[in-house]
Amino acid sequence: MTSPLTSESAVAPPAPAHASASRAAWRRRARKLAPYAFIAPFFVLFGVFGLFPLLFSIWLSLHQWDAASGLAAMHWVGLENYGYAITDPWFSKSLLNTLWFAVASGVPQHLVALPLAFLIHMTLKRSRNFVVGAYFVPYVTSSVAIALIFTTLFSKDYGVINAMLPGPPIDWLGDKFWARITIAFVVFWRYLGWNVVLYLSALQVISGDLYEAATLDGASRWQQFRYVALPLLKPMMFFAITLTLIGNLQLFEEPFILIPPDSGVATSVMTTATFMYRMAFSDGDFGTASAVSWLLFFIIAALTWGNARLFGKEGASDVAR
Amino acid sequence: MSSLLRAFLLAAAALCAMGASRATTTITLATFPDLDRAARAALPRWHAAHPDVDVKIVSLQYADHHDRMTTDLATGSGLPDVMAIDFKFIGKFTGSGGFEDLYKPPYDAAGLRAAFPAYTLAQATNAKGELSALPADIGPGTLLYRADLLAKAGLTEADLTRDWPTFIAAGVKLKAATGACLLASSNDVVDIVLRSNLPPGEGIYFDRAGKVLVDDARFVRAFELGRAAHRAGIDAGTTMWTNEWVAGFRSGRIAGQMMGSWLAGHLKNWLAPDTAGKWRSAPLPGGVYASYGGSFYAIPRRARHKAEAWAFIQFLTADRQTQLDALRQFGNFPSLLSAQQDPVVAEPIAFLGGQAAGVLWRDTAGKVPAIPVDKYDAMATDAVRAEYQNVIADGKDIHAALADAKTLIEHRARR
Repeated sequence: MTSPLTSESAVAPPAPAHASASRAAWRRRARKLAPYAFIAPFFVLFGVFGLFPLLFSIWLSLHQWDAASGLAAMHWVGLENYGYAITDPWFSKSLLNTLWFAVASGVPQHLVALPLAFLIHMTLKRSRNFVVGAYFVPYVTSSVAIALIFTTLFSKDYGVINAMLPGPPIDWLGDKFWARITIAFVVFWRYLGWNVVLYLSALQVISGDLYEAATLDGASRWQQFRYVALPLLKPMMFFAITLTLIGNLQLFEEPFILIPPDSGVATSVMTTATFMYRMAFSDGDFGTASAVSWLLFFIIAALTWGNARLFGKEGASDVAR
Repeated sequence: MSSLLRAFLLAAAALCAMGASRATTTITLATFPDLDRAARAALPRWHAAHPDVDVKIVSLQYADHHDRMTTDLATGSGLPDVMAIDFKFIGKFTGSGGFEDLYKPPYDAAGLRAAFPAYTLAQATNAKGELSALPADIGPGTLLYRADLLAKAGLTEADLTRDWPTFIAAGVKLKAATGACLLASSNDVVDIVLRSNLPPGEGIYFDRAGKVLVDDARFVRAFELGRAAHRAGIDAGTTMWTNEWVAGFRSGRIAGQMMGSWLAGHLKNWLAPDTAGKWRSAPLPGGVYASYGGSFYAIPRRARHKAEAWAFIQFLTADRQTQLDALRQFGNFPSLLSAQQDPVVAEPIAFLGGQAAGVLWRDTAGKVPAIPVDKYDAMATDAVRAEYQNVIADGKDIHAALADAKTLIEHRARR
């Protein structure tokens, strides 16, 4: 770690004899310190906004703390918060909801993104960037805009979707069952483009010769996808699924912005991350909220590891082992 | 380099000199919309009386403001001198003990005890008996209804207010005649029934000793009446403050809403301005006197300019003129009793078809019982609401639902 710095200073030209000695020394010191100064912004920002909150939340998870009472009100409870969180009925409920969302929005994302990326890769030439950009737009759209548009689209009484559907209006955001479907759909819609971009980038590395050879052997487009592209996409699939898994298990924004917290269905779409937020900012129990966040971390870590075991035989064999 | 340094020092000296010559204090008021408008409108009068105290108003959105205040209290830094607190958060914030006790010197809120309705001071008083905040406005509970739609169905106000069975029957009749729903959500019924016939000193969810009351007869009756209303089909099934809710008022699909009197102002200003003249205000059904919402001002223990903050809070809450201006301009119902006696309160309200509803609201405010708030009230509300949803949507047994809610609340309030 320190070797580049020491070698750097060793390479520094010796101060000319006629220059004042102190100035040369200062310059040498500046030269030595400059690299640190250049990388400091990252480390300062990371320390303040990354590392400190991380460590503090571990510390916090071992305390009982009603935040509104100030720092002095923290008192040590050891692991009690963890036991308390695990026995909270809403915690297990939120975990089940989270897992449901992870599957219901995650699986379709990949089932659609894979063939879609292949289709874009094989058929589109000039319009490709535009199409990919269009799919990617939801990923970079602000959550406020998404909330506004989807609550309008899915409105029970005057939404476009109900207007197009026959039969009695569906309460998309006010009924337990439909609210979950709606949120899963919005998550799917939002992250589909991201996965398409990932798969496209992997497809572009696959040599065209392979498709040509397959065509000569009489393989149809579907067979090319199934037997040429798909096996070669495995490492990227592992990567993309890992990202989806981590992202979906931390799901917070979509349920939070689409369903008002006063709504009766709010608990039916409560993910572990929203539960954690409620625990901290509605119930004022920051200690338990921190414990929940660490429990969530362990669950995500375990599932990611499981995913690596299951899926990453070739793609990430190093990770699995 | 030295010239740069000199310039810098000069500038710094100039700044110091400026500060010394003006000798004004700037206090910070952290608040949220729409409450900020009343404070902003009062500033010219404040400056005229206190030229040496500037007020900086920092206004964030409702949820952001309360989140921000929680973190500020947590870290003890960046706290404002005056903090606005909505009723929903008052229990949690006062329970934290992070505020000055306004009953103790140098504050003299004890002398203001008779100036405000007793129930609002009870809301701002924590378990230790400390008064953490003074009320800026209150929300006497009322039933706002569409008189035109009621007339079409051949109903009168008395059909709505007598008792709950007649209320539900009237709702059925209204729906048959006009297609309109008397309730936005049957949850509104539950909320009110929970507030009726409380023994003195008892909270909504917790008794004086902190015991959870959630499975007693009051809750069973509230759930039963709510479910009856839902089964009768008189609720529109919308959540407050959603697009559907707003659209319901505009289209006339929702013909009634039980809420604080301030809702009349919201209806007039943005919810449904086109329905002006069609609404009326009635007492809550079943002879219940309840309050909805209300805003408070408090001084954080770590505030820097407490004396000025106290003066400013008194100016916002206990100054008759400020209170009346807020009523006249924004429809905020005064918390100050002497302001409630002003003829302005009894003026006819055009939006309510010329009804002098202020008299009714004043009367209600005088009868609202003092219900102690608990720091876990918000959590308990969430838990009960979620279980009520299970009863409505999944047909869960009421007793089982209440037992589950009680278990959860007891678990959460363990500390």
